[in-house]
Amino acid sequence: MDYLKAFVIGGIICVIGQILMDTTKLTPAHILVIFVTSGVILTAVGIYEPLIKYAEAGASVPLPGFGYALCKGATEGVKKNGLIGAFTGGLEATAGGVAGAIIFGYIMSVVSNPKTKD
Amino acid sequence: MDRLNKKEYEKYAEKKIPKPTYFKNIFWAFIVGGLICTIGQLIRNWLFSRGLNEKQVAAGTSIMLVFMGSFLTGIGVYDRLGKVAGAGSTVPITGFANSIVSPAMEHKREGYVFGVAAKMFTIAGPVLVYGVGSSILVGIIYLLFGGGR
Repeated sequence: MDYLKAFVIGGIICVIGQILMDTTKLTPAHILVIFVTSGVILTAVGIYEPLIKYAEAGASVPLPGFGYALCKGATEGVKKNGLIGAFTGGLEATAGGVAGAIIFGYIMSVVSNPKTKD
Repeated sequence: MDRLNKKEYEKYAEKKIPKPTYFKNIFWAFIVGGLICTIGQLIRNWLFSRGLNEKQVAAGTSIMLVFMGSFLTGIGVYDRLGKVAGAGSTVPITGFANSIVSPAMEHKREGYVFGVAAKMFTIAGPVLVYGVGSSILVGIIYLLFGGGR
């Protein structure tokens, strides 16, 4: 059941991105920025957390989920460490993904070459 | 040929731009995006079954998905997938990894500092700037409204 929920909710979030891409002049980069920022805002106003509880990976894997982790980390940081926590919490919570993206991204970029366009 | 004014030209150009195939795009974005999230759920459940806690599972899942995204981009599969899936492949975190590897590979000729390392953040940079920036703002607002200790 959790797989079906992840599939449907994850799919719907991607469809929202696709509709934005097809009906506006936004580039994928703009959409990623908008999605991360909306993830932060939706978490701040308490809408995204229930979605994470309901769909798990369906809500955490798409980029708004990255925003969710950042926002949750920042507010939890504030609870633990006050003002400093607002600065450290977000990156702490997402450190794994960011560090992974840097190291794997670097290695793959160095060892592979762009495929010729067909 | 008569000179077209700006409005007329825009109308003319509008007609010439191929209309995206909305339904097909939405369908594939849903399927591919959904499948990537299902894979994420699979990894999540597997890590939980190994006795990891919520924080470790969240980090582990992103690390593995980011690895998959970078690897598939490196071997040229992810960009081919992206042509069909559109947002279905850009919106999940694997697409974030793709946005790092794709331009970095492309610009390798410019060297390992200004080529690879700098171009890795063409898209990931803005995402981090706005994501981290807004999360800090939320944290500060939360503190001002008495959410601290």
